[in-house]
Amino acid sequence: MTAIPTETTPGAVAPPHPIREFWSYFSENKGAVAGLVVFVTVVFVAVFANLIAPHPPDVQYRDHLLTPPFWQTGGSVEFLLGTDAVGRDILSRIMHGARYSLIIGLIVITLSLTVGIGLGLIAGFFRGVVEIAIMRAMDILLSLPGLLLALVIVAILGPGLFNAMFAIAVVYLPHLVRLTRAAAIAERSKDYVTASQVSGAGLLRLMVITVLPNCMAPLIVQATLSFSTAILDAAALGFLGMGAQPPTPEWGTMLAEAREFVQRAWWVVTFPGLAILVTVLALNLLGDGLRDALDPRLKR
Amino acid sequence: MLQFFLRRVSLVIPTFFGVTLLTFALIRLVPGDPIELLVGERGIDPARHAMLRAELGLDKPLLAQYAIYISDVLQGDLGKSIVTKEPVLSEFLTLFPATIELSLCAIVFALLLGLPAGIIAGVKRGSAFDHTVMGVSLTGYSMPIFWWGLLLMLYFSVYLGWTPVSGRISVMYWVEPVTGFMLIDSLLSDDKGAFISALSHLVLPSIVLGTIPLAVIARMTRSAMLEVLSEDYVRTARAKGVPPFQVITVHALRNALIPVITVIGLQVGVLLAGAILTETIFAWPGIGKWLIESVNRRDYPSVQGGVLLVAVVVITVNLIVDLLYGLINPRIRYAR
Repeated sequence: MTAIPTETTPGAVAPPHPIREFWSYFSENKGAVAGLVVFVTVVFVAVFANLIAPHPPDVQYRDHLLTPPFWQTGGSVEFLLGTDAVGRDILSRIMHGARYSLIIGLIVITLSLTVGIGLGLIAGFFRGVVEIAIMRAMDILLSLPGLLLALVIVAILGPGLFNAMFAIAVVYLPHLVRLTRAAAIAERSKDYVTASQVSGAGLLRLMVITVLPNCMAPLIVQATLSFSTAILDAAALGFLGMGAQPPTPEWGTMLAEAREFVQRAWWVVTFPGLAILVTVLALNLLGDGLRDALDPRLKR
Repeated sequence: MLQFFLRRVSLVIPTFFGVTLLTFALIRLVPGDPIELLVGERGIDPARHAMLRAELGLDKPLLAQYAIYISDVLQGDLGKSIVTKEPVLSEFLTLFPATIELSLCAIVFALLLGLPAGIIAGVKRGSAFDHTVMGVSLTGYSMPIFWWGLLLMLYFSVYLGWTPVSGRISVMYWVEPVTGFMLIDSLLSDDKGAFISALSHLVLPSIVLGTIPLAVIARMTRSAMLEVLSEDYVRTARAKGVPPFQVITVHALRNALIPVITVIGLQVGVLLAGAILTETIFAWPGIGKWLIESVNRRDYPSVQGGVLLVAVVVITVNLIVDLLYGLINPRIRYAR
């Protein structure tokens, strides 16, 4: 390390770049780095599923029904993790399923973040009736268990992948609204906001450009953690027959189809669930690491 | 205390009416004509259609419809199931004990394992045990429990044959429903085999449903212990020469348990949501399975009533936890 000369305060070392500082905190956490590696792998598999999957996800090999994985007797290297009841390659379906899970997570988070930040900022800036109305509505949503609320919404809209994503986005809304509102109220009373207001910044500018960037740390952490629960909940809805519909290779839907083969073919049941567990675990590790690195109260 | 009590109770009332608004909207938001949904695909002649509309009050303005709905709900009338023609409330009350029994066993399982694991992990911070507990509980927290249930069933029921695959009790036994709780009813029936059968049917579903609460309780207990152990009064107790075990159980644990109790209260929603999945996998005749079946059969009055009742249960339990919390911790009571 070479000392960086500074003109104004001699002897002081310039603070590291924020991203550098973030990485030095983040990389201390071995679990978080492992989570990041696994997550990047899942993203890679999802993006290139067309190229690296050994078979198309929906081709039925009628001579290979319920073939076990390659290390078991009767298995073949052609189908590494075996085939399902109609002869589809399980490994290829899981690889394509990664696309669905990631897209579900992404859309759910984008939807609920956009609406949640919007409502949260409005509640934080316009106190009074507007705030009470928004926060009471969020309380109502919170009084139902998440999966049940999602089920109710899907029951109204009808089963399907998009409706399931919409339903899950609504379920996560209250947390994001509360977080944004709390952060916005805390920031609003600070001097830099007053200064910006005095110099003539409009309300929209104050909300989006002045205050919002300083509320982002808890929102990023919440979004990562919600990403993992969104994957879990979407899989649960798929499993209950309310999410993605067969023959979509969505992991939960695959498990629903596999249920009746529990007694005969363990591999049909085991691998899609393992894919869910590994992905969700990686995201949770990642979220924990992000929280430790982004939360200033935990920094020494 | 009375003031605290009244303030908390009054906060619950608007939430309750909010939920009724949601369930009221449920049937009216479903695309299509509610009458046609009710009669199914057989079709209906216009005269009968108009009569049913009037009978159900669907020809009145929305506000009047809501007023009628609220007054029915407050009198305990939640409508009748389209499929079974039974009142929704009585169906719910018949099935609810099964869900309570399962949830209680799940939370007992979670506490029996989670509390000691969290305490030891907190006391032995940084040890191999601590790392194991944290790793296992994060895995449990990330678990798709519907898959976990299938996996346990695959190993313990199918491969080892230790536990039954599904249901509440073996078909060999007939137990008179007295309380609705199979464990108690089978004990009352004076047939030892029935009790053992009921117990063995409970094991796997309880473990599956208890997995996420177990993970949450272990993590929460650990962090609460860590916080309390660094307090001055713990150091003072140690300096006075109080034996380590007594410091942990008397000085530390009692204070560490306060946040843990809140977390346990919050698990009620988790348990009821988890019951939907667990009961579906193990064919457990509780309200979770009933709700899913009602959604699948498009039995909207049952879904509407069931959702409202579940919400009432969650709100009530949260209220009770809040009040208990005020009882344990006076600082909460007087805080504005």
